[in-house]
Amino acid sequence: MIQMTHLQKLEAESIHIMREVAATCDNPVMLYSIGKDSAVMLHLAIKAFYPAKPPFPLMHVDTTWKFREMIEFRDQRMRDLGLDLIVHINEDGVAQGVNPFDSGSRVHTDVMKTQGLKQALDKYGFDAAFGGARRDEEKSRAKERVFSLRSDEHRWDPKNQRPEPWRLYNTRKRKGESFRVFPLSNWTEGDVWAYIAQEKIPVVPLYFASVRPVVERDGALIMRDDERMVLREGEEVQNKMVRFRTLGCYPLTGAVESTAATLEDIISEMQASRSSERQGRMIDHDGAGSMEQKKQEGYF
Amino acid sequence: MSIPQRISAKDVHASQAPQLLRFITCGSVDDGKSTLIGRLLYESKSIFEDQLESLDKDSRKFGTQGAELDLALLVDGLAAEREQGITIDVAYRYFSTPNRAFIVADTPGHEQYTRNMATGASSADLAIILVDARKGILPQTRRHSFIVSMLGVRHIAVAINKMDLVGFDRAVFAQIEADYRVMAASLGFESVRFIPVSALQGDNVTTRSAATAWYDGPTLLEHLETVDTQTAAELDAPLRFPVQWVNRPNLDFRGYAGTIAQGTVKVGDEVSVVPRGRRSHIARIVTADGDLQEASAGQAVTLTLTDEIDVSRGDVLIGVVDRSLPRRDLRVRLLWTVDRPLISGARYLLKLATSTAEARVDLHQAIDIHSFTSSPARELAMNGIGIAHLTLDRMIFAADYRQTRDLGGLILIDRITNETVAFGLVESGPDDEPQRSLAEKAHALGLFVAGSLFGNPSEPLERSLADRLSWAVTGAIILGAVVYVISGNAALSFGVAAIDFVVRPVLRLFHRRLVLAVLDWRALRKSEDLADGGGI
Repeated sequence: MIQMTHLQKLEAESIHIMREVAATCDNPVMLYSIGKDSAVMLHLAIKAFYPAKPPFPLMHVDTTWKFREMIEFRDQRMRDLGLDLIVHINEDGVAQGVNPFDSGSRVHTDVMKTQGLKQALDKYGFDAAFGGARRDEEKSRAKERVFSLRSDEHRWDPKNQRPEPWRLYNTRKRKGESFRVFPLSNWTEGDVWAYIAQEKIPVVPLYFASVRPVVERDGALIMRDDERMVLREGEEVQNKMVRFRTLGCYPLTGAVESTAATLEDIISEMQASRSSERQGRMIDHDGAGSMEQKKQEGYF
Repeated sequence: MSIPQRISAKDVHASQAPQLLRFITCGSVDDGKSTLIGRLLYESKSIFEDQLESLDKDSRKFGTQGAELDLALLVDGLAAEREQGITIDVAYRYFSTPNRAFIVADTPGHEQYTRNMATGASSADLAIILVDARKGILPQTRRHSFIVSMLGVRHIAVAINKMDLVGFDRAVFAQIEADYRVMAASLGFESVRFIPVSALQGDNVTTRSAATAWYDGPTLLEHLETVDTQTAAELDAPLRFPVQWVNRPNLDFRGYAGTIAQGTVKVGDEVSVVPRGRRSHIARIVTADGDLQEASAGQAVTLTLTDEIDVSRGDVLIGVVDRSLPRRDLRVRLLWTVDRPLISGARYLLKLATSTAEARVDLHQAIDIHSFTSSPARELAMNGIGIAHLTLDRMIFAADYRQTRDLGGLILIDRITNETVAFGLVESGPDDEPQRSLAEKAHALGLFVAGSLFGNPSEPLERSLADRLSWAVTGAIILGAVVYVISGNAALSFGVAAIDFVVRPVLRLFHRRLVLAVLDWRALRKSEDLADGGGI
């Protein structure tokens, strides 16, 4: 009998979930959002199906406002692994000129992310989509199932979720319904970093501290990644030693001042930290229960 | 009063913790369960400042502790729960210490949420049972203990909470401990630990309380960090490996991917493929990190065999020392999880490990979870627990739940709505079969033969037998009497009556078999989409 470590148990559970999807769903897809959780999820998928390649495509729903370094990293990673990536952009949203500065974070996220995701799922007829969300991220996610059933309108009904005893997942669904599947449900932020270190998984350099051009706006440090960010009166670009704990659309992702330039630094900084990783996410702060509401509307 | 001492920051790094303990907390609305979990998270620094800030806001809005932080609000996630001050769904929490990482299933205590508690208990190594020191053992304490026992949790920590409200009285604690031991005597727990706590004030949760000088046991957290939940039986049990997915990237590689449910596998081991009934040897244990020589329960691996035999999802590879046989009949303990009641005789889809079948459910008894007694029943309401017999449309490999959770736990699915309608725990795995006495077997065989001849399959056997037998006897006597009136020959009349008594049921049986065979064949044609697992 081999005594498994905590990380080995988490890894085995995630692999089990991915294989269950491959065996029971017709047309799964893995949502790849470039961040650290996606990096771990992709690594686990490669392990789960070795020596075969993952038997499903990867897809990135691009809001057109991601950090440039994220897109470079994404394309390089796909080349290195020899995997195909579907990139979907909500062209209606682009045509309407939706952007995080003028439309506000709420509208931008809804149109470019949530609606974009639904468009893509409908377009390709995917019946299961893997996401890298973890239960420790946010209170309403603590109650999310591993297999989260969505209606044909992609809505989440928190009162109508199936119980998941043991490792048994009821993967039956009607035509039009789909699953969002969360293989990292039981991982914490600490587990993700420790696993990245243990497995030497490449991540976007933005996670490591470096001198970057930032603007202080509404109490957050926003990196001015391109000219689309127009400076307001009194604002000035400062070069600061910063890094990011989570990565999303650059105008909506606050940097933290930090000197953590290696994985070890990041892990010890996180252990000492007294604020949660989602603190830098502007979209979470629309009041208690706002994530729950977004999820009901079809957000991941 | 205790002086809460924070666990130092360097201690909370989850991932260097070598071990994982999963536990469930059971308590009712007012037992302080959410407060206890909030306390564990808070003291282990698993809560961040921005979360505390929003907690501060919520405390003023919904809290029950005045201007104090209401730790319960940390864990009541859904908006409806925060408003009503109750926990509806299973929520999972994570915290860690240098020694262990913990996954907490936080489940509601109400009877109408029994299924949520069962879900949380299904993967738990330990259960914390909360008892309000002012109230002692309540009906719900019995119910919670029964459910976790049924789901196979063998280690219990009884947190006797709100000790501050009874003046940390040792006698109160001792009385509750004695009462609990009597109540739980029949539940088969391996270890039961009693701890006097105040979740609200922190006594004996993570730090020893000065108010309980008479208590020399560990704090709740110390106990969680040190309790040994490995059972010796798991160590050298025979291999059981349900095939989850066949890995076939090219013609040269055919691997069977899955998670080992029990035992250990080594390269070269001989295995049987059930229910297929073929044998082969393990050629390789493949992982992305390189081949292994050996792997054991809990590991997700890919096995290849030395022979080219047909193996697919739903098959189980078992060590050849394992004499267990596949079966079509299962005796299970059912927990009904939906509003519509179970009506005995209904058919559902069954999913057990990676195999799928159609099951006819014949309910025998319902179990009262307050008195732990059972009585005959034909219906089971939501959250009801019963003993049922499942007849499957195909052979599957199942084990006694107490032996292998992953091969003894099953779910039933309504094929119209796709809801999960029941959890099932296999009670008599194939291993229990030889333990039936000869007399029992003869009785079962007799009943089976008599039932085939005379019984009506839609009724309980004994009742339909009495009905059919008396009808057959009456019919034979009338026929005999008619023959006697016509022929006047007593011997002939008796002979005709006797032949009628035996031959008519036999003819009827053959007739029924034929009709059923035709119906079965038609049903099978309809459910052919199921043959590959039916999308389960």
